[in-house]
Amino acid sequence: MYLTKEEERMMDGEEGYAVKKSMEILVALGDIYGADRLIEVGSVQVAGVSYHNLGDAGLGFLNELAEDGTVKVLTTLNPAGMDLEDWKRLGIDAEFARKQNLVIDAFKKMGILISCTCTPYLIGNLPIYGEHIAWSESSAVTFVNSVIGAKTNREGGPSALAAAFVGKTPYYGLHLDENRVPDTHVQITTELKNLPDWGALGYSIGKRVENKIPYITGIADASLDKLKSFCASVVTYGSKPLFYINGITPGSEKHRPPNEVITIEDRDIKEAYESINDDVSIIDLVCVGCPHCSIKEIAEIAELLNNKKISSNTEFWVACSRPMKQMADKQGYTETIERAGGKFACDTCMAVAPLKGRFRSVATTSAKGCYYSRQNGMLTKMGSSEECVEAAVRGRWS
Amino acid sequence: MRRSSGERKMELKGRIILKGVAEGEALTTSQPISFYGGVDPNTSKIIEKGHELQGKEVKDKILVFPNGKGSTVGSYTLYRMKKNGVAPAGIINRECETVVAVGAIISDIPCVDKIDVSKIRTGDQVQIKNGLVTIKK
Repeated sequence: MYLTKEEERMMDGEEGYAVKKSMEILVALGDIYGADRLIEVGSVQVAGVSYHNLGDAGLGFLNELAEDGTVKVLTTLNPAGMDLEDWKRLGIDAEFARKQNLVIDAFKKMGILISCTCTPYLIGNLPIYGEHIAWSESSAVTFVNSVIGAKTNREGGPSALAAAFVGKTPYYGLHLDENRVPDTHVQITTELKNLPDWGALGYSIGKRVENKIPYITGIADASLDKLKSFCASVVTYGSKPLFYINGITPGSEKHRPPNEVITIEDRDIKEAYESINDDVSIIDLVCVGCPHCSIKEIAEIAELLNNKKISSNTEFWVACSRPMKQMADKQGYTETIERAGGKFACDTCMAVAPLKGRFRSVATTSAKGCYYSRQNGMLTKMGSSEECVEAAVRGRWS
Repeated sequence: MRRSSGERKMELKGRIILKGVAEGEALTTSQPISFYGGVDPNTSKIIEKGHELQGKEVKDKILVFPNGKGSTVGSYTLYRMKKNGVAPAGIINRECETVVAVGAIISDIPCVDKIDVSKIRTGDQVQIKNGLVTIKK
């Protein structure tokens, strides 16, 4: 890979340890994937924030980088393992909280925004069409590649950090237009009625077009929330972090539907629900906001919970970013939700909080949420916001 | 490739992912390894259900496998093993991918790929010297 004089100096350690280590990571990845050079990036999203996944070693690694590393571009952060302000109410133990705060301190020292959300595009880190960026967090990577038309590979925590310290990323993969061409035509003949239907569609497509780029036809309309949920699901269950929906997402007008065709029918959506749902009736936890709730989703939950009472045997979590909660506070949504017995889980989510062993079952609107909850040993139910609220009130799935 | 008569000695040339020298007993599998969730960062034991190395410890071994798989958090798992003193001495892959490459780099574990891993057997004494892999016996 070609390096400029400046990049060679970074590689030699002239800008310190963090930049040198970052250059080693970027050059190795560039060599593996055949990049000819590094390109500048507009922003970075860093995953690998929960102390649950990092442990003391990961914390040590971040502290070493924070010694002399400062990010060169706008850099935002994925959810942490807890609500940074209200962790006690979510049942997080004090030692975990102490360690999680040390992780956050290290990121703060690097100049990273402590945004702690998987939807940075809702709170101020919104790339533009065609912009090169280096993001981790598979749902966000899929959203900005597909819905916005920005260009990023699916980075891991350390490679995203490396891009932030250098301000560049190796030029390969989804940064190149020739690798963004759809290779499977997915015809939808079923009607998508609500949010979890989009999650089920993501499951169905992800399983069938493993590691490919789908070009989807047969969808008449979508919304931010539906696309957000679909992005999380389709990549979790197997596709590349890029898709096109004819007439809806940018670039779909430039490409022709590929020759290889698969069809998604009513039956496929039904099968997706059957695979995602377990045979369980008592619900210990209801969680909405995977990916993090938009303000519209919070408003909907508030309306559904108005004058209701959540079962004393069930916890109800609304996962969202801090700015979204602040808007909900001002609007009165928070009060309505908390009066019903619901809790806000800001800065964190059901995929990265240390939930293993705490709940036996979860109900959620999210197909991705079900995937990670199973990894945490929980039985899962996916349904609409109405069904989830009803489960919370009754303490059971009907 | 050179092979001396009588004893099994072989040199294989690969591509450097992280340069360095490492030597030890080979632990070999034909299956990909997921470090996040598949390997215990405290004991170095492979815990993925049904994996052909399930129950084996990778500590101080030259770990030989075709490629990594799974969550990118796996890079941090390798790093945790290094800090816990239970990391493999070196890594040999057929085709290194992001998780293992980044994990090896941040953990200072010599790593080489583009190697025909079927040539190396569990129990072989193996040396990695930058891009060169030597099977000593």
